[in-house]
Amino acid sequence: MSDWIDIGPLDAIPPRGARKVETPLGCVAVFRTGDDRVFAVNNRCPHKGGPLNEGIVHGQSVTCPLHNWVFDLSTGLAQGADEGRIDTFPAKLEGGRVLLAASALRARPVAA
Amino acid sequence: MQKLVVIGAGMASGRALEHLFDTQPGEWDVTLFNAEPRGNYNRIMLSPVLSGEKSYAEIVTHDEDWYAAQGVHCRFGEKVVAIDRAAKTVTGENGTVAYDKLLIATGSNPFIIPLPGHQLPGVVAYRDLEDTNVMIEASAIPGAHAVVIGGGLLGLEAAAGLRLRGMEVTVLHIATHLMERQLDAAAGFLLQKDLERRGINCILQANTKQITGDGKVEAVELADGTVLPASLVVMAVGIRPNVQLAKEAGLAVGKAIHVDDQMVTSDADILAVGECVEHQGAIFGLVAPLYDQAKVVAATLRGEEATFVQKQLSTKLKVTGCDLFSAGDFAEGPNREDIVFRDPARGVYKRLVIEGEKLVGAVFYGDTADSNWFFGQIRDGADISANRDTLIFGPAFQGGAPVDPMAAVAALPPEAEICGCNGVCKGAIVDAIKGGAVDLGAVRATTKASASCGTCTGLVEQVLASTLGGAFERNAPQPMCKCTDLTHEDVRRLIKSQELKSMPAVWQAGAWKTPDGCHSCRPALNFYLLADWPLEYTDDLQSRFINERKHANIQKDGTFSVMPRMWGGITTPDELRAIADAADKFKVPTVKVTGGQRIDLLGVKGEDLPAIWADLNAAGMVSGHAYSKGLRTVKTCVGTDHCRFGTQDSTGLGIALEKALWGSWTPHKVKLAVSGCPRNCAEATCKDVGVICVDSGYQIGVAGAAGMDVKETERLADVKTEEEVLDYTMAFIQLYRENAKYLDRPYKWVAKVGLDWVKEQVLDAGIRAQLVERFQISQSVYQKDPWAEHVKERAEQYVPVADLTKFAAE
Repeated sequence: MSDWIDIGPLDAIPPRGARKVETPLGCVAVFRTGDDRVFAVNNRCPHKGGPLNEGIVHGQSVTCPLHNWVFDLSTGLAQGADEGRIDTFPAKLEGGRVLLAASALRARPVAA
Repeated sequence: MQKLVVIGAGMASGRALEHLFDTQPGEWDVTLFNAEPRGNYNRIMLSPVLSGEKSYAEIVTHDEDWYAAQGVHCRFGEKVVAIDRAAKTVTGENGTVAYDKLLIATGSNPFIIPLPGHQLPGVVAYRDLEDTNVMIEASAIPGAHAVVIGGGLLGLEAAAGLRLRGMEVTVLHIATHLMERQLDAAAGFLLQKDLERRGINCILQANTKQITGDGKVEAVELADGTVLPASLVVMAVGIRPNVQLAKEAGLAVGKAIHVDDQMVTSDADILAVGECVEHQGAIFGLVAPLYDQAKVVAATLRGEEATFVQKQLSTKLKVTGCDLFSAGDFAEGPNREDIVFRDPARGVYKRLVIEGEKLVGAVFYGDTADSNWFFGQIRDGADISANRDTLIFGPAFQGGAPVDPMAAVAALPPEAEICGCNGVCKGAIVDAIKGGAVDLGAVRATTKASASCGTCTGLVEQVLASTLGGAFERNAPQPMCKCTDLTHEDVRRLIKSQELKSMPAVWQAGAWKTPDGCHSCRPALNFYLLADWPLEYTDDLQSRFINERKHANIQKDGTFSVMPRMWGGITTPDELRAIADAADKFKVPTVKVTGGQRIDLLGVKGEDLPAIWADLNAAGMVSGHAYSKGLRTVKTCVGTDHCRFGTQDSTGLGIALEKALWGSWTPHKVKLAVSGCPRNCAEATCKDVGVICVDSGYQIGVAGAAGMDVKETERLADVKTEEEVLDYTMAFIQLYRENAKYLDRPYKWVAKVGLDWVKEQVLDAGIRAQLVERFQISQSVYQKDPWAEHVKERAEQYVPVADLTKFAAE
């Protein structure tokens, strides 16, 4: 499908790290796990708005740098005792390039 | 007062004295001889000392204070040369002492095979602290080889300890499988596989021909011609009761000193206890029967009735990760039947040996959780005919009880033995708990349960939990995080002793339960690895908290603060202009003077960081590390430069300290101050390291605090020169870097290890020089301006990887 947008090479994201992408819906964080899977989520922590791209990545989770909320990058759900959810967006890795689905970035409403 | 002389300060006599002083304090005048130059320590814990998991101090059972409090005349390091039974005296190398009662506890000697070369330096037994220290020393040479002769309990613990210390280890064993006295062939095989997986080479049916070397051990040669290089040979082939003195005194001696059921020898005034005795034809090597004997000795001395009864014994190996258990008699026989359970994938093997209607022996490997229950079945001679079908599955399957470890413990009868070493049954522990011993330490103190080898600690905690219910708070050390069961201290020891130099190596060795840790353990591991292996380990930015990854302090709105270093709080008009220009150019909303004598620019956008750093760099400034677990500031007063009270150049010293220490990573932040006189304008007495200048030199204080806690510094040393201040400070910080738990400020760490220990290290010129050297090696790697580095190499990480605002909107 031509819907996928190439945002750059996998190497642009450090393993167990993230980079930001500016979109019409606001800032999206694109994550790379230790085993080279990619995930895209809304960059804003629903708790106090912490920038998730700056968090520590472990397994397929990220820990918000402000107050240590932990989110599963695949479901967007807060882990443990915290309740909340971040929007997730389709992302994939193809030929060493990281792709995001443009339609999802257009269609979805901005997360609260 | 009656005079008691004791020959030998080992575990058996130590326990006998404890019982005696508990029940009859002040009634005995005791003289204690020991050939080793020290008192009683827990000999069975030498294995953890060898492997580095414990220190000698942790295994001392009776220290000087204890002996002093009991009024014991200690004659340590003095050999007894004769016993005169007629005169009732004992003669040591330094004089004679009279006795009313004499207790012989001379223990045993290791058996040394008289092979050619057995007297070469580098051949040791594994028996006492001296042996252990020789082994630790030998393991300090990287890549050194050790040969352990003897694949029994002691030999394997020695091999595992040496391997943990990094030696190449080969075990030679004469039988066809390891630990043949405790294990059958199948369990022996699984044990061998486990040991080989740890890098311990095992050669069975090995016939050692000779030990060779020129002036010291160099190799071991086998009868089949194999030559094994070795700088250390450990002989662990067995022990011989030490009966020389008793024999010379004319006491009845067979394999060992004959004693009756009251532990009395053939002389009514002489008792014997421990590995030197023979009771009804048996001699003893494990600690449990020795403790039973010690009880009887104390009772006999008090004139009470008591009888020593030999009990069934069980064995466990103290090698972390090798779970094995054996008890009873498991030899095959015409009237014997076996029930065997195997799970090869998990490496589990269980074998029960049944004779008639009773369980007579058991061997477990890989899963020993129910071993106490099986041991009870053997010892009690329980009739197992009714539950034979499910017996091997353990207590959880007898009578449909739930598979809950707590339930299994709760279901144990009061007479079930919990602590094998000290013969403590569940009832005694429950009584102690009801009497007020509500945590592990108190139960240990009152009952001795889990106070020896410690393998039953978990069981004791379960008894506590089941007795106290919700009131019990596990006092066990807290694991690092949910990823591992190890504590921070365990992990630091593991990294050093196993020379783990990468994060995956730590995850593997520490049995991490997560693929790559979490936000709690990764920053700690990253620090431990870079502190211990500065040259080998590469700092992992992705395991650092954002402030240290981006070298700026994240603020609550996601912006950052930027703070250049101002050495010793000194700045210049040019620097101030550059800071003002940067604040204007990047529209910095807040400019603040900090408590650490420098200027903070707050509210800088993440994208602007490399640019503002480049501007500040251009004006000659570097990162102030105001965000790091590392050196923050050195606060100073103006000292002799301007102040009429100043005694020394406090500003100059502060700058020298900051220039020496900046860039170093530490377990938590470190703040210093130097005050030019005791008026202390720089507030040095509440810093991690605070120096106060006086006329005669410098007072160095450490471990102060002025945060969550407020605490005055404690005096580390008074020194004469600035060079000494620098050396002592670097040594103290390096010691802190090498030993503290991540996120413990120095004052918390010093409270744990004690200022005395810190002083012993830092005040010793040799140790201090080594600490300073290691600190400087680390600084050669880490003392660099991260701002300049990031501007040059990582600037792209600070901006979005892509801008889809237009593209996606189309």
